[in-house]
Amino acid sequence: MMKKNALQGLFCVLFIVCFWVPVCHGVTYINISNPLLKKSPIAVPEFKAFSNSAEEVKDGKTAVQILNEALNFTGYLKTMDPVAFLANPAQSGIQLSEINFRDWTGIGAELLITGGVLVESPGNVKFELRLFDTFNSKLLVGKVYTGPESQIRRMIHMFCSEISFVLTGKYGVFNTEMAFVSTVDGNKEIFTCDFDGQNIKQITSHKNISLSPSWSSDGKWLAYVSYAKGKPDLYIKNLKENRGAIVNLKGMNISPDWMPGQLKLAAALSFSGDQEIYLLTINGEVIKRLTDSLGIDVSPKFSPDGQKIAFTSKRAGTPQIYIQDIGSGSVKRLTFEGLNNTSPAWCPDGRKIAYVGIEKNRINIFVMSIDSGVPVQLTADSGDNEDPVWSPDGSMLAFTSTREGDIPRIFVMNASGTDQRRLLSMNGKQTQPDWSISDSTREGM
Amino acid sequence: MKNKFWLNVLMAVLVSGLFLTVSCAKKAVVSDAGTVSGAATTEDPNAKAKAEAERLAAEKAAKERAAKIAAARKAFENEDVHFDFDSSELTAAAKALLKEKAAWLTENVSAAVTIEGHCDERGTTEYNLALGDRRATAAKAYLVDLGIAASRMNTISYGEEKPVDAGKTELAWAMNRRAHFAVK
Repeated sequence: MMKKNALQGLFCVLFIVCFWVPVCHGVTYINISNPLLKKSPIAVPEFKAFSNSAEEVKDGKTAVQILNEALNFTGYLKTMDPVAFLANPAQSGIQLSEINFRDWTGIGAELLITGGVLVESPGNVKFELRLFDTFNSKLLVGKVYTGPESQIRRMIHMFCSEISFVLTGKYGVFNTEMAFVSTVDGNKEIFTCDFDGQNIKQITSHKNISLSPSWSSDGKWLAYVSYAKGKPDLYIKNLKENRGAIVNLKGMNISPDWMPGQLKLAAALSFSGDQEIYLLTINGEVIKRLTDSLGIDVSPKFSPDGQKIAFTSKRAGTPQIYIQDIGSGSVKRLTFEGLNNTSPAWCPDGRKIAYVGIEKNRINIFVMSIDSGVPVQLTADSGDNEDPVWSPDGSMLAFTSTREGDIPRIFVMNASGTDQRRLLSMNGKQTQPDWSISDSTREGM
Repeated sequence: MKNKFWLNVLMAVLVSGLFLTVSCAKKAVVSDAGTVSGAATTEDPNAKAKAEAERLAAEKAAKERAAKIAAARKAFENEDVHFDFDSSELTAAAKALLKEKAAWLTENVSAAVTIEGHCDERGTTEYNLALGDRRATAAKAYLVDLGIAASRMNTISYGEEKPVDAGKTELAWAMNRRAHFAVK
């Protein structure tokens, strides 16, 4: 993390900001919350090597591969097979005036990316990247990135954020991370990885049970639960600096969630003898008790504006999802179908809540519009599915599924439930993903 | 393990005790042979044998008592209080078992215990942590009502983290929904 933040600073300096301004900011090309979303075909031909060196060709190939993987990850773009390409911008030119768009519309490419690579000094590479709307023969965004070869992945992902912004109005997932739980020698530890499951890092080594990681919205803190001191306590940890706090009140101290934009948390504590949700400072001190009902209140999740929490409560006899206004304390029950609805996750658009519903011993993920109250089932007939969490742009959900060999693994899907696929390949059992909401590209803008 | 060790010590003491008493008796017979009357010599081994038998019986009783205490403790720790699905309410069977636990705790005044609350795998991790918390505290509260000092008992919820049976059957789930007692 420290390294990454230092690099971010470096990029702000090296990063030559846009030489073309996106033409139309108001238009959203792709509505990522549309459940009937058709994937847009995008062509990514090989990059132009400006001085034709072997190093440039190699870096260009690396970049194209990273770009393909990242674009396909989005769930709304589909990169095309280069076999179909009729033109080669690496030879004929990568700029607007040098492109014959009929070559691309003719094969069905709605979008085109061209790239140029220049190795300025050994180990230092400059990328010139452009995204075109082929049917309108229009440049949508163009950027130049300069940095060490070791940072090609990061530079390409920064451009992907620009692509995402110009197409969807949101920066997307490319500079986000995932925290999750994985077993190591039978113990549960907290890990992090990039949005696409790369760069796996082990964060805790308590050699015990660690659970429920939650990112602060600035991405600098993780809160989680650990039995390191013999019972479920809440750990608040700064990832960059070696500091933090532990909430180890009597009973359980579990299910943390950070308030958006603030260094405060909600968590379920049982020191009073009843499981209630509290608002805590970053030092773990109780600011105030949020819920007040006999029986289980657990798993708070803040609304994107930080004004409300969704949570699981058994106040009506079965576990159901409720929404409470923090200021007024008014509570509204959200779920009415089924006898067991838990684990709410508030969509970044503020309008939907994903949750886990259990019916006939089948554990599945549902999503519900807060206004309509109609549940839509996203997973079915594929093992147990739980722990839903939204990507920061609301286009995807990560979750845990036992569909492969009855072993819990982390999966992702599009917000509409399509394209369900495994995220991580690693040993052990993985559960409880949490998607970071920090969007570092904003800092670069 | 610990019990077995003490049994072995007990056996060692008993066996060596037997040897010692036998050799003593022999010695007495040999040294007193010329002076002491026949009646005395015949009466002596009988008394010794009687004492020996009494000692053995006492040892056996002690052993049995120790075994009984050990078994009672084992039962206290091994017999879990079970719950219905998604419930922390104490059933009639749970209450009956908790009365036995209370009896043991009353007999063993110095014992302090941890009550662990556990759940079956159905339900989400966090909800089950809360449910396990309620199960453990429900068991504790009933014992407090039965007169056991609250200070002797602490509770820990493990949620669905430590199943006793990894199976996906109703029976396995029923076994996993439990309050478990561990003597500290």
